[in-house]
Formats: sequence, C-alpha cells, structure tokens
Amino acid sequence: MLKVTSLKYKYQNGESFEFPDFQCKAKEQLLVLGSSGVGKSTLLHLLGGLLSTNKGSIELCNTDMTKLTNKALDQFRGTNIGIIFQKNHFISSLSVLDNLLMSQFFSGGKEDEEKCKSLLDRLNIKDKANKPINTLSEGQKQRVAIARVLANSPKLILADEPTSALDDDNCKEVISLLEEQAELAEAALVIVTHDARLKDIIPNQITLTHQSTLAK
Amino acid sequence: MKVLKLAWKNIIHNPLNLLLSIILFGLGIGLINFLILFNTQLKNKFDSNLAGIDLVIGAKGSPLQMILSSMYHVDAPTGNVKVSEVKAFLNPKHPLIKAAVPLSLGDNYKSYRIVGTTDSLMSFYNATISQGRFYDSDLEVVIGKAVADDTGLEVGDKFKSSHGFNDDEDLAHDHAAFIVTGIMNGTGSVIDQLILTNPSTVWNVHDHSDDSPMTTDQEVDHADHNHSDHDHSGHSHEGHSHDDHEHDQDGDGKPDHKPEEHHDHDHDGDGHPDHAAEDHTEHDHTNHAHGPLARTNAELLKFPDKEITTLLIKFRNRTNFQALSMPRSINENTDMQAASPAIEINRLYSMIGSGRQMLQWLAILIGIISAISIFIVLLKSMRERKYELALIRVMGGSRSSLYALITVEGMIMTAIGFFVGFIFSHVGMEILATSLKSSYKYSFSGWHFMKEEWILLVISLLIGVAASMIPAISAANMDIHETLNEK
Repeated sequence: MLKVTSLKYKYQNGESFEFPDFQCKAKEQLLVLGSSGVGKSTLLHLLGGLLSTNKGSIELCNTDMTKLTNKALDQFRGTNIGIIFQKNHFISSLSVLDNLLMSQFFSGGKEDEEKCKSLLDRLNIKDKANKPINTLSEGQKQRVAIARVLANSPKLILADEPTSALDDDNCKEVISLLEEQAELAEAALVIVTHDARLKDIIPNQITLTHQSTLAK
Repeated sequence: MKVLKLAWKNIIHNPLNLLLSIILFGLGIGLINFLILFNTQLKNKFDSNLAGIDLVIGAKGSPLQMILSSMYHVDAPTGNVKVSEVKAFLNPKHPLIKAAVPLSLGDNYKSYRIVGTTDSLMSFYNATISQGRFYDSDLEVVIGKAVADDTGLEVGDKFKSSHGFNDDEDLAHDHAAFIVTGIMNGTGSVIDQLILTNPSTVWNVHDHSDDSPMTTDQEVDHADHNHSDHDHSGHSHEGHSHDDHEHDQDGDGKPDHKPEEHHDHDHDGDGHPDHAAEDHTEHDHTNHAHGPLARTNAELLKFPDKEITTLLIKFRNRTNFQALSMPRSINENTDMQAASPAIEINRLYSMIGSGRQMLQWLAILIGIISAISIFIVLLKSMRERKYELALIRVMGGSRSSLYALITVEGMIMTAIGFFVGFIFSHVGMEILATSLKSSYKYSFSGWHFMKEEWILLVISLLIGVAASMIPAISAANMDIHETLNEK
C-alpha cells in the first residue's frame, strides 16, 4: 500500500534529511518515533503530499507521489490521504457536520451526509452534529478530526503527535480508537510521534535518529 | 455553490469586521446611484417637457426664468406682453412658424397653475381629454391628471383660484368660481399639473368690470383689487403678488405704456366701454357661458390691448436660417425677448453640473476608501484564518479554490454594499421626490429602476474582485508546510 524508497528532502536553507525505507499495508499501523529536530514533521508532510521532493519515491496505491504535479497532488491528497494534526484545526464558521461535508467537498468526493452522520455516531458525538465547532471540548474536537478524515475514506491516515497532550488513559483510548477506525476504513495508519508511551502499543515501528536522517 | 456557502458563512461569522466596509461601500454606491437616478429623472422631465418647442417669446428679463416659468412652471414669469406686440407671430400664415401657443399666467389653485391658452397646447404635449369636454366659455377649465388626482376635482366641480403662484388663502379671488369641464389623460409631462382655460378667463379674473356677477362683499374686495391695479409698483399689501403678472410690466419701467393702460382700466372701472370691455360686458350680460372668447389665435387677435405672458413657438423648419436668426432680431428690435428652451436648459445643466460633479467625485472617493477597507478586512481575516485555509489545502482543496474562496468573500461584501446603497439611493430619491412634489408639483419617484443599476452591480462585483486580489493571491501561494509547522 505505502512504500517509501530512498527518500530525501533538502530545505532552501541547506538543511537536509534522508529517510529510511519502509512500508505499511492496508489495515496495518506504523509508528514513526523520534525526538524533535530529526525530521518527523518533514516526513509527515512529505507523506501527506504537503511537501514535494524529487529525490526518492513515495508510492501509495501504486502512484508515485513525487512524480505528481501540484494540482494532481492536491487532488491525490484529497482522495487518498487523511491527516490528523496535533492541534485540531477546523473551519470555525461552520458546524461540526458542515466541517465534515466541506472536507468531502474539497477532496473532490461526493457529499454524503448519511455517512458523516454515521461516522459521528460511531465516534459518539452525533448529538454535536449541528453545534458550532468552537463550542466543543478538545477531546470532542479530536473525535471530529478523526471523523473528518474518515469521511473521505482515505487509503492512508497520518497522525501527527495525536497523544502528546493527553494523559495515559486518554492516550490509550485515542490510539485504540485510531487503530479501530483505520481498520474499519481499511486504511494504513502512520503515527508520527515522540511519545514513547506508544512504543508498547504499536509493535510495527521505525525510529528516526540524528545519525540516520541528517545527511552527510 | 459550496464555495459560495463557505464564503457566506465566513462573512457572517465575523459581522463586525464587515460592518464599516459595507456601510462605506453602500454610501459610495448609494450616492452614485442617487445621482444617476436624479439626473436621469431630471433630464427626462426637462426633455419630455421640451415638447418640440423651439422658441419662447415674452417680456424682457431673465431668459432662463422665462423658460422655467412658461415651460416648466416652476418660477415667476418675467412679465407680460400685449397681444398687439406678438400679433405677427400669431398669424397662421407666418412663413417660419408652424404653431404658436399663447400662455397667460397669474393664478393658481392649490399651487397648480391656471394657464390661459388655446387648445394647441394640449397637442404640444400629446394630451387628450379623457373625461368631459374641452373648455368652451369663460371660467371653464380643463385640468391635468395630476391636478385631478391630487385635488380630487371632478368634471362639474367648482373651485376658486388664488392670486399668484403660491397657494395663499389671503390672496384668494373672491369673485368667480371656475368650473371643471374636462380632465386630461396623464402624459407624464408638465401639462399633467396644469389647469387650462381661455386667455380671456385670466383677463377677466383680473380686469374686473362692474358687470361681473358678484355679491356686495366681493365688490368691496374687488374695489381693492382695482385700486392696486392702478396704483402700481407694489404700493399696497395686495400689490406685491400682483406685480407678478400683468402689471409687472408697467412696474418694470415702461412709463409710456402706463397712461395708456391706466386709461383702459379707468374705462373698465368706470364702465365707459372701450372695445374690449364692451365685448366683455355684452357677453356677460347676455349669457355667461358665451363670454368674450379667445379660443384660437385668430380670436386672440381681436384683443390687441390685452396681455399674454408668453408665446410658445414651433418652427416649420428649425434649421432654417431665418428661424435661427429670429430670436436675435426679437431681442434687438422689440421690447420683448425670445429664448430657446434647449439652449437655456443646457445652460441650467451646466450650472448644476459642477455641483453634481463634486458629489460624484466625493462618491467615487468614498467608493475607493471602502474598497481599501474591504481589502484590509480580507487581508486581516485571511491571516487570522491561515490554519483554516491550510486545512482546506490538506483536505484536497487546490490553490485556485482558495483564490476563489477569498474572491467570492470580497464579491459578497461589495454585493451587500451595493444592495445597501441601492436601498439608500431609492429611499433617498423617494424622500426627495415627495418634497419636490409638494413644492413644485413635479412627480419624481424613488421607485423608478434603470438598467444602469445592473451596470453598477457589475462594477461593484468587479471592485470586490479587485479588493480581494492581493489577499486571494497570498492565500493561494501560502506554503502549507510552513503554516502548519507554526505552532
């Protein structure tokens, strides 16, 4: 499903990163660990198609994302990739349900209100569907963020530090929720984090270190 | 559609941001639209009332005043002229003149002017009688549609006029009641607000002979009136407004005419019949309904000593050289003046034009300031929402969808501003129309819509596009990676 080969990225300021090869199949989970400054965000944004590079390849569903044009990459990202950020951003002028529908619209898919409602139901926030997004608590917002990603039926779900701000109990709950929902959606799940607690939960993992990523 | 919805939600999410921009933009657009509305209606009024009239002849004075008073009925006349003086122009065989219509002004009913004229005036404005019949004898009148609608006068109704051009009960003529014999259809021109009668009615209302049917009370008043007639030049309390018409000419410093007239009046007053007075008394005695009439120009010529206010003239061929030089020859060789309505109205336009231009620049300035304010609001809100915008990209939105989103937001703001201005201008026009109607009897309207307003809407939307251009470009070019890393 996801296959990363000899991926490199060089910033304009000269800082550059080299990433190890790895892959992740549908319904599988992969944990990318590393302390700050080793290129975690860079890798996440490369995988999410938010950054593009011409060195190495990122194959998702047999498409090499590094070969796509900007416009095609936008579309590809919309249809195939869902990203959950550490801090949850929403379109603040819209309700919970409208945020989900707007996500479906921008991804180029069909707006499916039934599906959105059932996702909210599955994540136990159906009663908030018509509330303005800013009236929700952080925990509820994270659930909405997950629902929003699932609304587009992505092949790859990327999660950026989803647990770093949570206590142990909530951390476990969120991870199992993510695992469960990704499996239900038949998507690959890549979690990028420095949160060592996750080491024991997700067995399939790679660790980025300064030695391994900083280019010589 | 979805972009429109999102743009709308974004706009109403933070309404205070917009309030100032929209009010400013509305003010600018409103002022421009108001100027267009007013100008168009004013021009239409002026143009429709030109009625193909090429020349107006009347007493010397301000040519513009003469045009305004005898074609638009908004100012006092410059004075009167004797029928004998304009005799040549009344001749139906005049080689240059196709039609000449005399006007005698002097009285009003509830501010609607009573005009002594011939039936040709109606054909100038394409008016026809829709109810009743044309006036036939003295004191019979035909009223315009606006007069009928406003005063509620109907065929057969009687009313008393008051002197001058303002509705003033102190100046009411006590002697004679007019009777409405007909009502004209609405033409949209000035004739709608006129009360038409014979020139002889106007004379008789003012040149009273002892034979006019009246009560003792009225006779006292009447004597007063005659008194002021003779003691010219604003001597007495009543004299002021009497100056407005017939006697004005004497007051204007034509002493040579004075004794002559005085003589005439004396005759009238003493009952020594001069020619005109004789006719008058005879007819009055026999049958009031067949008074001395001047229904046509030919009949008018029988009263060389009587006065009319102005003569409206249409040329047979307005480009004829002799026709073109006629006004100058009248102005140089007679005690009268001739003025071309088209020239005078253009002069009036250019006088009010500079004021209008100032307002127009002011409106444009307000428009520019509001466009800048919209630009700032959009740029600010774009910066506040950059995570949202980055998120839209993450969800699969392209650069162009962000561009479209911001642009649509700008267009919605100017569109709202347009509608605010649209309402401002029409309500403002209606308020002005109401006040113009009560003071000048001119019917302007705030509910008159023009295709220029569509153009103004398109321009407003384009301003929206222009004001949102920079914010939209910077949204579209935003680096999502950088933006999302700023935590």
